[in-house]
Order: sequence, then C-alpha cells, then structure tokens
Amino acid sequence: MYEFKYHRPGTVRQAANLLVKNEDAKLIAGGHTLIPVMKQRLASPPHLVDLSHIEGLNTIEMKGRSLVIGATAKHAEVATSAIVGEAIPALANLASQIGDPAVRHKGTIGGSLANNDPTADYPAAVLALGATIVTNKRRLKAEEYFQGLFTTALEADEIITKVMFPLPKKAAYIKFRNQASRYALVGVFVARRPSDVRVTVTGAGSDGVFRIEAFEEALKKRFSSKVLEGIDVPAEGLNSDIHGSAEYRAHLIGVLTRRAVDAANAKE
Amino acid sequence: MAKISLIVNGNPVTGNIDPRTLLVQFLRENLQLTGTHVGCDTSQCGACVVHLDGKAVKSCTTLAVMADGHEVKTIEGLAADGAPLHPMQEAFREHHGLQCGFCTPGMIMTAIDLVHRKGNELDDHTIREELEGNLCRCTGYQNIVASIAAGAKAMANSDLV
Repeated sequence: MYEFKYHRPGTVRQAANLLVKNEDAKLIAGGHTLIPVMKQRLASPPHLVDLSHIEGLNTIEMKGRSLVIGATAKHAEVATSAIVGEAIPALANLASQIGDPAVRHKGTIGGSLANNDPTADYPAAVLALGATIVTNKRRLKAEEYFQGLFTTALEADEIITKVMFPLPKKAAYIKFRNQASRYALVGVFVARRPSDVRVTVTGAGSDGVFRIEAFEEALKKRFSSKVLEGIDVPAEGLNSDIHGSAEYRAHLIGVLTRRAVDAANAKE
Repeated sequence: MAKISLIVNGNPVTGNIDPRTLLVQFLRENLQLTGTHVGCDTSQCGACVVHLDGKAVKSCTTLAVMADGHEVKTIEGLAADGAPLHPMQEAFREHHGLQCGFCTPGMIMTAIDLVHRKGNELDDHTIREELEGNLCRCTGYQNIVASIAAGAKAMANSDLV
C-alpha cells in the first residue's frame, strides 16, 4: 500500500469539501473493495475520506411508499433489518448472500453501488426495483446511474447519501455462485412492480448489470415462469471465462429467472 | 503518522501509526497480540477475524485508523491468563477442532460471533454456511463444526461472552 493521509469527516458536507480540496481523494466506508485494491497497489489515493463515522448516514427507514437505506448501511444491517424484511424481503435476502458474515459486517450498500463491480449483487436489485440513488448533489434514476463496467454517473466530488426503493408487489433474487470466489457467476433479480415487471442480471454481462426486456414483456402479460419457456437469451455480449462460457451463462439466466419468478410467487 | 486510541480486550491502548497500518498489524506488531493470524491477507481465509464493536470482522481488511475510538476483542481477550478457557475454546480442545491451529483463532472468533447472532442451538447446516469466510487447510471441517455446536451450547451456561 502506498502512503495516504486519512480524514474522518463528521458530515457529508465536510466529506464533499475534502473531495473538492484534495484531487484524487477516495471515499472509504467498509473498505472491503478499496483496501484490497490498495494493497495490490492498483489504487494509490493520496487521501482517504472515511464516511463510516458520519452519523445518520446508515439509517434504514420507510418514507411514504419508499424504503430508504442510508449509504453506509452495512450488508448485515440490511439483511437483518425488520424494516427491510417487511418492505422488500428479497432485498434483505440479497444482502444476506453477499460475501461472508465478516464481510457483511463491514461492506456497505453505498460502497457496492459506487464501485459497480459487474458481479456485485446490489446493482441487480437497484435496477430491477427502479430505485433512486440520492447523492449530496442530486437524485439519479437507476437507469442513468449504471454506465458499464465499474462505471457510474457519479462525479468526482459526488457522494451517495441514500438509496430509495419503491416497493414492488413481488420480488426475488436468485444467485448462482462461483464455487471458489462466491461472487455471482449469474444473479437474477425479478421485480413485479405496480406498473411493469423488471428482470435484471448481474455477473453475466461484460458491461455490468442489464435488463432482459424479452422476459419483462412476457412476464408483464402473465407473471408465471411458464411464459418464459421458449424465450432464449442470446449469449452475445455475455462474459466468457474459465468459470463459464457465454452460452453457459445465457442458459443460467433463463434457469435463474424462472426460479426467481417461482420464488417471488411462492412468497405470497 | 496518526494517533489512535482504542479499547483492546478491555484495556485502553494508544498508538502513533502510519495510516497504512492494518488493524491486524497493529494488534500483532504494536501490541504483540500474535494470536490473531495473517493467512491469505486478502479477506478470504478468516484467520485474522477479531471482534470490532462486538462484530466479527477481518482485521487484515480494516485500517487501524478506522478502529480509532472503537472496541476490539481478540482471541487473547476471551479468557484471562491461567483462568479456565472460554467455552468455545474448550469445545475446540474437547472435540479436536484443530490440527495445526493456524485457522483456530479466526474460527473461534467467528463461532462466538455466530452464537451472539443466532443463539446457542446451532444445526450443522447453519454452522457450515456461517463458516463461509473461514478456511481450514489441514483437514475437513467435521470436528470444527462439532466443536462449534458444542461450544455454542456450553456458552449458554457460561459467564464468558
């Protein structure tokens, strides 16, 4: 790890000012992506701005018809929150499958979204549920937020403060894990929303999280896994590596989507 | 350099450290608490698990400066020197839950955190799922799982947490 200066701001405003003042400063909360990357010297930020001590930034609450999760809410907090379990159980279930117990005690929803790892779990939920990402500057719709591999709409001095999830009628997340890394080889989030259905895929796309409109159209007409039979997912644009070919991932997307629809229906 | 002060195993400690110092380095090298091990150094193996504010975390992936003002418990803090072992430690001895012992401190700290979260009656499936972040390379996990199940039960009748 290269040298850096550590900052511990007490408010989001102070944190933002530190970002403006110190070029190439990086935000840190759980540190479970950034610290490993810094150890490998793939990143060498001269300043680290620690968000984990900003009070109120990890609050989980219902606001009107939306579930609002603070940026520094840890995966374990989301997984075990009674509010999340009541509002969107599929989201609690997703959080309970990230990493391992010790990782879930540190990793945060804001960190996961800011990093936008193509195999991360949260992006699938955020895009499927049509969540809004709230920053210190503006509100971003999920559709405009994710911009490809490790790329988001966030500006250099922009800080995620919370994520607002409108409540779906039904939802489920099914993840097929890489047996070694335990990351999603493919993860599918299905959300039946009041106005439409969304199916999102993480782990498989060479450009990060994406939607499958053919599935969404079919499921909008009838929300049953049966309607998906005969609709193939093209392997084009999917990852192909030692863990699985693009064709294998395409097949998995179909299987996992059917399982997710069945799981969403079983919950009612 | 950064000045930090925190509580480790119930005792206030201070340090003047390079901000790059990992919590595990601070524990092992500054405080000579070498019971916490560095295995993979990539947050996968769990040999470095300690409790930070009562929750199991990987101290190889935590900066010591981020623990400033917080409370840390290591394997050394489970039972006083010369006093009877913590029931989870005793269960690992009784059930032969270790061979070389390298992964054991992390296994035990993870196991105690598991009991805090999920109670004293743990089935094998739950224990195996919860051990996802702790690797043992000597042998199988059979005796580790048996140790944790027994240690969890024993913790119900112990004053040690």
